[in-house]
Amino acid sequence: MSQHAIFSDTSAAAEPLDDGAVEQRVTVRLRVNGLTREVEVPARRLLSDFLRHDLRLTGTHVGCEHGVCGACTVLLDGTPVRSCLTLAASVDGHEVTTVEGLVAQDGSLHPVQQAFRDCHGLQCGFCTPGFVTTIAAYLEENPDPSEEDALEAVSGNLCRCTGYQNIKKAVLRAAELTKGEK
Amino acid sequence: MTTRSLGEPVTRSEDPRLLRGDGRYLDDLGQDALEVAFVRTPHAHARVVDIDVSQALDVDGVVAVYTYDDLLESDEQEGTHVSEPLPLLIPHPGLHSPRTPYALAKDEVNHVGEAVVMVVARDRYVAEDACQRIVVQYDVLPPVVGLDASREAVHAVHEDVPDNVAAQVLQEVGDVEAALAAAPHTLTLDLFVERSASMPMEGKGVYATWSTDEGSVRVYTSTQASTSVRAAVAAKLGLDLTKVECIAPDVGGGFGVKIVHPWPEEVLVPWAARRLARAGVAREVKWTEDRREHFVSAAHERAQQQEVTVGFDDSGRLLAFDFTFWHDNGAYTPYGIIIPIITSTQVVGPYKPGAYRCQYYSMYTNTVIVTPYRGAGRPQAVFAMERTMDAIADRLGLDRTLVRERNFIQPEEMPYDHHLIFQDGRPVIYDSGDYPAGMEKLKKLVGWDEFESYREQARAEGRQVGIGLACYVEGTGPGPYEGAHVVVETSGKVKAATGLTTQGQGHQTAFAQVVADQLGVDMRDVEVVTGDTRRFRYAVGTFASRAAVMSGSAMHVAAGKVRAKALKIAAEALEVSEDDLELVDGVARVKGTAPGSPGTSLSLGTIAVLSNPLRYAFDEASKAATQFAVGDISKPPVAEGEEPGLEATGYYSPEQSTFASGMHACVVETDPLTAEIRILRYCVVHDCGTVINPRIVEGQVHGGVAQGVGGALYERMEYDEHGQLLNASFMDFLMPYATEVPREIEIDHLQTPSPLNPLGIKGAGEAGVIPGMAVFASAIEDAEGFRIDRMPISPSELFALRAAHEHGDVPSTRQNEKKPQQKESAR
Repeated sequence: MSQHAIFSDTSAAAEPLDDGAVEQRVTVRLRVNGLTREVEVPARRLLSDFLRHDLRLTGTHVGCEHGVCGACTVLLDGTPVRSCLTLAASVDGHEVTTVEGLVAQDGSLHPVQQAFRDCHGLQCGFCTPGFVTTIAAYLEENPDPSEEDALEAVSGNLCRCTGYQNIKKAVLRAAELTKGEK
Repeated sequence: MTTRSLGEPVTRSEDPRLLRGDGRYLDDLGQDALEVAFVRTPHAHARVVDIDVSQALDVDGVVAVYTYDDLLESDEQEGTHVSEPLPLLIPHPGLHSPRTPYALAKDEVNHVGEAVVMVVARDRYVAEDACQRIVVQYDVLPPVVGLDASREAVHAVHEDVPDNVAAQVLQEVGDVEAALAAAPHTLTLDLFVERSASMPMEGKGVYATWSTDEGSVRVYTSTQASTSVRAAVAAKLGLDLTKVECIAPDVGGGFGVKIVHPWPEEVLVPWAARRLARAGVAREVKWTEDRREHFVSAAHERAQQQEVTVGFDDSGRLLAFDFTFWHDNGAYTPYGIIIPIITSTQVVGPYKPGAYRCQYYSMYTNTVIVTPYRGAGRPQAVFAMERTMDAIADRLGLDRTLVRERNFIQPEEMPYDHHLIFQDGRPVIYDSGDYPAGMEKLKKLVGWDEFESYREQARAEGRQVGIGLACYVEGTGPGPYEGAHVVVETSGKVKAATGLTTQGQGHQTAFAQVVADQLGVDMRDVEVVTGDTRRFRYAVGTFASRAAVMSGSAMHVAAGKVRAKALKIAAEALEVSEDDLELVDGVARVKGTAPGSPGTSLSLGTIAVLSNPLRYAFDEASKAATQFAVGDISKPPVAEGEEPGLEATGYYSPEQSTFASGMHACVVETDPLTAEIRILRYCVVHDCGTVINPRIVEGQVHGGVAQGVGGALYERMEYDEHGQLLNASFMDFLMPYATEVPREIEIDHLQTPSPLNPLGIKGAGEAGVIPGMAVFASAIEDAEGFRIDRMPISPSELFALRAAHEHGDVPSTRQNEKKPQQKESAR
């Protein structure tokens, strides 16, 4: 068998699929972290890939590609969603907030981000953006969580490094910081 | 004044970047690179008969499709070595039949997931489209799945290894047969541990850029061993080492699986980048592993069948420990037999085993390869020994802590030589440790002596509870060496680099603490780089709880040299004795003088300027070091034996590993109806010698305990008889969420510094996971009253065991519970 290299035009706009079908492309217009973005993407592009590779917002991570681990969680109109289970085309006209968008205008960390730092709530940091977005949304709804609430808030995300002890603490710490109690 | 940070729980320097989403993990890099997908075999054991890629070539956006034949052609025409089997990383005389895979399957596949065809395309979506159009014809062979099938050897994984035995090793200390024959009591235990896996949140990934201008390649890979990947890529591609750079960027967890190298993809991606660059097509190629790929083509660990025969006296003291086990190494042995070596040498734990014999067999199966996962053979070893300890206590009707205490090596017996050879080829000599003190702390922490009254109280409420404990000793920080480079820039900022890699252990913080302590600077002014061969070329890697011990010590050595150099230069410039100087707050200062007094201090930045005699001034600061500004004209500007620059390289190479230790206890409640297992308490006493940063160490313990819970109660690889991994997703492979780990992990510390390194450090990375299976088995057995000898254990398995126990198929424990000696012994 010889080398099966073909050197095709890699900038081709349309991708033929099975039976010669041409892949549909769609224009997605949305607000991401406060900025309006308009990008033409293949209709099958996942929101996670759209954010990471089309918009190059690589803070959102992909850990399992099937919605279980929660690393890819972003806020869609303020509500946490798994971006790996969401098509980019389906968020046309909506507002998306990623972990990058939680940082304040002056560059200071969001209370949840600061709380993770204070409490050593991250080690490798890969799952962290999903926890941070999830908790940020949770505290909007429940600004005064109990220990039980903190556990509930983080119970849908996987972390392989921390054993969750300090992530739970970070939820409570973030609530304190948000209230300005320090 | 700069606060001393060494030993303090300072927050991590790496966190703000990671928290903002500014981390740079493998798939965040190379946004313009071509992307790779693989056709992987769906069969566990088969011959590859034919590969038809013609349909794939028609997919728009596909750039190249490679099979084994392309690797062969490359070797013949370009002098590469990519068609040869991947290296056997750690040869051992006992590994008599090693087998390693090819980067792409040659003519046989030996586990589901082995790569057969490589597709390079515009993006991953297109590459996967193409993979679906590739038709591979297989001649399916009978698979060997599980240790029973492997030992029966009706079929062989590798035709030329008919008994499926890759390695067979025997170590014996003393005369076990004689000691067993003479022992007043003997017991035999049959034990089994299932497969689990490291399962980092970020899978593997490789991104390579070929420079046509320089004829060199830069490889980014999510690895635990970048210097060795560099060497392997150079060897495989036929390149000079100087033409290969390898960088571990931010790595989203490793836990062992990323120590294996070169993975097929680590060879193929740079190989393809060069090939495509030479064809003028593209020069950047990237592969990002998806989760299913990680399950079926990375690595697993743990599975062992064990037989223990133990001889002991009336007081429970070990007289003979005869240990045989069968280790499932999967389809290939690229990482040698490190795991069974560790099991066989760490099983002795904190105890004097009497006569000791261990015989193990490392067995081939048609499943994913087995290489270290956090703990690396130790969780199995501790399971074997601690199950034995509990069985002895049960047989004699003694308290479980007492039996352990009677067998402990005493602090005054250190250093203690077990006369065994460890995984680093060096002797197993415990350097320090105080196991009785640890036990005392643990009993107090968990309330061991008060547990019986708690049990009674719970029983009155209709609840069934149990307490368990397990002890371990962990050989950490094996050699051969690590090194570090420390430089003070003319700005006064300190840059430090070490070659080993980081996967979340906080090395940037911990190593900065070590360097800052030597140089008297704020640790936030010390920037640490790890795993980048452009910054440090000599290293071994991050495994075996060795980073703090090895690179921490190397940082200490290198920073100490910089310190000496700074003091020398400052003493000359200030015309004082070095002994009169101290390094504080980023300056060399005459002791006892007020900060800022004229002529009494020099900043480290200025000393850095003076350390480098210049001809040319490039900025204001450098004017001070130019040839008409400084220097004794009777001497050469750089004295003999000296080097310019306020920098130094230091290495640390210990004679042997240092032995950390600890013991865990937990309290569980088992539901009388559903057999659900709830964790009520989890207590840890651990000793990793001198602690650089307690916050980081506790975080390591927390994470390890969570993985221990996973290994004891949830995680297993469900292979069917065809070698299909049935639970290859996070839906089905059950890793603990926050709701599955202990509500609180109660920790007490013990510090017996290691005499083997300058800071007294022992490793802490793996400790948390090691006694996990053993401590849960102990607690569940205590709650249920019958022997637990397999891990993990699910509620349905416990339910079935209860039924078997009721039918008399599983014997009761506590037969001797009422014997008088228990009362005497329970202090």
